[in-house]
Amino acid sequence: MRDNLYVTLILLLAPLSLASIGGATGIYAPLQHETVDVLGWVTTREFIDLFAVSRLTPGPSSMLAPLIAWKVAGLSGAVVAMLALYLPSSLLCYGVARVWEAHRGKPWHRACEAGLAPVAAGLVFAGVLALLRIAGSGPLTWLTVALVAGLLTWRPKLHPLPLLGAGALLFLAARAFWS
Amino acid sequence: MARKTKISLGALFSVFFRIGLQSFGGGLVSWIYREVVTARSWMSDEEFLSGLSLCQILPGVNSTNAAIFVGQRLRGAAGAAAALTGLLLGPFGAILLAGLTYKTLLGTPGFPALVEGVGAVAMGLLARLGLQASRGIRPGLAPALAAAAVFIGVGLLQWPMLAVVAAVAPLSIAAAWPRAAANA
Repeated sequence: MRDNLYVTLILLLAPLSLASIGGATGIYAPLQHETVDVLGWVTTREFIDLFAVSRLTPGPSSMLAPLIAWKVAGLSGAVVAMLALYLPSSLLCYGVARVWEAHRGKPWHRACEAGLAPVAAGLVFAGVLALLRIAGSGPLTWLTVALVAGLLTWRPKLHPLPLLGAGALLFLAARAFWS
Repeated sequence: MARKTKISLGALFSVFFRIGLQSFGGGLVSWIYREVVTARSWMSDEEFLSGLSLCQILPGVNSTNAAIFVGQRLRGAAGAAAALTGLLLGPFGAILLAGLTYKTLLGTPGFPALVEGVGAVAMGLLARLGLQASRGIRPGLAPALAAAAVFIGVGLLQWPMLAVVAAVAPLSIAAAWPRAAANA
């Protein structure tokens, strides 16, 4: 029974690991469908609660999956989930990075480096927009994003941690006044 | 791009361990850029950004892919393993702790506002990386056009990312080719 749980976890998360192109945001929908509707491991309410909690903890937001695994299968389940979620994509990325590194210095490699850098810039901005859409954000969120980006452009050495604290306080104050 | 000193595995691990523990609200890629390029100059802008675009195209979480890429570039297989475990160890502990206390956390007044505020700042950090990335790329029309096309296609129009990149990347690389070949 318990072994089956681990196998289910691996069968659920390993494909998600390799299917999540463009970051973790793509795994939420399939993760919710499988864990709530198909497997019945958590209720919709629990899923939303765990999602909220995972957003306040540091690290990749995909940590939600090990959190759910921990709830249904304990510590060993969480470890299995971590491996299933991160190992397949990491091995693939390592392989690509190795090939990439082996050709360093060749003209085509330099052309790729110069040509791919602006693609990354466009993707980062697109990612910010995607997050703004998911967060269902109001004017205060937009203002904070602009303020933080501006502040760090002006003072690049500022540490982000105090900014995160200030942002939390700002939203606490704003919500206390307006609701 | 010869580095003067070899970066130790311990240093790699501890830098990524700190990133993992401090990166509240997501946006880890901006933290990695800050620590690896801005603060330590372990890599050039272009080196990091081109690697980052590979990490974004490949399946998997962008931040873990970026850790693998940076670790591999600096110290090979051991470096990739050190960076990845460093990045994930702290958050794994944190999420278990949060799992134990989440009922209390959710009952705390102001918790949703806290999540929102931290998330907004993290998005600001990412936006700043985008700005920095746009400045780090070579001046010229082609890179600016490529960045704008990707943003419009993926961000505004929400077209499939792989298709947009498959269309834009070859053109952008072709535009950079004469210069890269001339520098050989």
